[in-house]
Amino acid sequence: MIEGILIGLTTALTLQNILMVMLGCFFGTIIGMLPGLGPMTAIALMIPITYGFDPATGLILMAGVYYGAVFGGSTSSILLNAPGVPGTVATSFDGYPMAQQGKAGKALAIAAWSSFAGGTLSAIYLLFMAPSLSKVSLSFRSPDYFALMILGLTAIAAFSSKGQFLKAMMMVVLGLMLASVGQDSLSDITRFTFNNMNLTDGISFVLVVMATFAMSEALTIILKRNDPTSAAKQVSLTELGSIKINKEERTKMYKTIPRSSVIGFLIGVLPGAGATIASFLAYGMERNIVNDEEKEKFGKGSVNGLSAPETANNAACSGSFVPMLTLGIPGSGTTAVMLGALLGFGVQPGPRLYMTNPEIFWSIIMSMYIGMVILLILNLPLIPYIARILAVPKNYLIPLILFFSITGIYVMSFNNFDIYLMIGIAVVATFLRLYDFPMPPLILAFVLGGLMEENLRRSLLLSNGSWEFLWDRALTACILLTTILIVIWHVYKTMFKNTKT
Amino acid sequence: MNINTTKVISLLFFIFSAFYLHTAYQIQVFSFDENAPFNARTFPIYLGYAGLFFSGLKLILPDPNTIKVQHKTLEYKKTAILIVIAIIYGATILKVGYFLTTSIFLFSSFYFLGERRWVLMFLLSFPFVAAFMYLLHGVLDIYLRDPFLQSIGVMG
Repeated sequence: MIEGILIGLTTALTLQNILMVMLGCFFGTIIGMLPGLGPMTAIALMIPITYGFDPATGLILMAGVYYGAVFGGSTSSILLNAPGVPGTVATSFDGYPMAQQGKAGKALAIAAWSSFAGGTLSAIYLLFMAPSLSKVSLSFRSPDYFALMILGLTAIAAFSSKGQFLKAMMMVVLGLMLASVGQDSLSDITRFTFNNMNLTDGISFVLVVMATFAMSEALTIILKRNDPTSAAKQVSLTELGSIKINKEERTKMYKTIPRSSVIGFLIGVLPGAGATIASFLAYGMERNIVNDEEKEKFGKGSVNGLSAPETANNAACSGSFVPMLTLGIPGSGTTAVMLGALLGFGVQPGPRLYMTNPEIFWSIIMSMYIGMVILLILNLPLIPYIARILAVPKNYLIPLILFFSITGIYVMSFNNFDIYLMIGIAVVATFLRLYDFPMPPLILAFVLGGLMEENLRRSLLLSNGSWEFLWDRALTACILLTTILIVIWHVYKTMFKNTKT
Repeated sequence: MNINTTKVISLLFFIFSAFYLHTAYQIQVFSFDENAPFNARTFPIYLGYAGLFFSGLKLILPDPNTIKVQHKTLEYKKTAILIVIAIIYGATILKVGYFLTTSIFLFSSFYFLGERRWVLMFLLSFPFVAAFMYLLHGVLDIYLRDPFLQSIGVMG
């Protein structure tokens, strides 16, 4: 492990990579602060640029964007009561009241230190957990992987659907259908191309991400007449107050941070769960743990109430890297985008990643520490100024998002068919978003489609066409049982709600 | 009559899944692969049935969380114009080149979204695209074909 850490440090501490983390954190913070534009959009916009670098640098840049976007989301939650990302909704419960009391600077500092501590602690957990889990997952076989992918897709559908499980499952199927377009990986037989040569290689992952996130979010903003930048104009540079945290507040944070980081990390590891659930759970848990006097302060500017979700959402971000790095199966929409980018670099994440590409594996982990430090020392004093940058009018912001999306696709293929296809998918995605059809399950399914088919192919061929492989091994059966329990729970919840209605 | 749009989308998805399934059955596989436990059409066939299953369930189960979209408040005109501009951009980029089409795309998008600060609009289109193009072409070494710039001798 020491050798790995040194490899990671050597890679992550090059001037170019430090610059990438800084750029990523800065860019991510700006995008993350804009309500509606989350880490997935920020990372999607970065993908075409990362292809100009080696995989480790590209991944480091994307990791920086990820952390920056989560941090940016917290800032808009505290200053504007407008969470940039769902994972920072719980931050606004106590962060915004604190800002209203004239302690915005303090709230930002508490959030920054909690994020830093949560991210650093969870990176340590990741440091120990990832290699061990990689060793365990070497014993995984095709049926186990197939079952794990089913579990991951079901879980993300369950957690991201806001009670609309069937809608999310439809998006999963749509993602898998889109992934099936093009040549079959084994026989080279073309499928669903309708004799169009442009579809022979399948639909590009970057195209689908850009269309369903960056472009469709830009169209949704116009369609719904939202102005994500309007709130930023309210931020006053003079009303932030001191960023100093006193001893009593620090004592409270020392107790909250360790427990919230553990819960955040564990929730992050679970497929599909992620920062939103982690932050709400940590907030709820903290409220139950503290004494009655402190409990009264929750919702009115409690230090514990702000520190807990901030620690947990950052810890969950690191946690969500565990299944991606060790199993090659992303646990969230954001890590699905990163997995797609890794595949684009020709790197296959999975249990062998830390043996075949140790510099990538370890440099991602090491860049997390560096990213946290940079977020703390760079962003905290600069937040008010970054918030002012956001006051760029929507009339400029939207065309620029469209420009980056289209350019991103064009420079990858130099083919205008891809531009038309992207516009088509973006229009459909915008329409589906209006009716609350979630997009992260579609992306995860699209990324996993090829791997899923490959593992099902191997399993069925080895079992001579019999589906017994699903319960032959205890591990496969356990994973599938968990999936079934998730489905039953959601069907029960839906039926129960319907009966009540 | 009040039509539940989510149900309409589910119905469309059901029809799409049926079409997908039909197309999946038409996938030509090698004769020796025809009766294999797994061939190029196996996975798509399962997906087709999964699509029918989930959209069918959504169609028949009651929908307590009906999403009501206020269509009158939606900005259809500007959205449609932006989409049309993007399509025109796609249609001209290969023939005219990256610099001119992208600059005009940005400038016209600013204009149709209601912007009228001409100097800022110009600065954020032509010079901005030139700088971005230099970053891609000159720094990151990503080749950008540009017949327009070639015709005026700016690019080799």
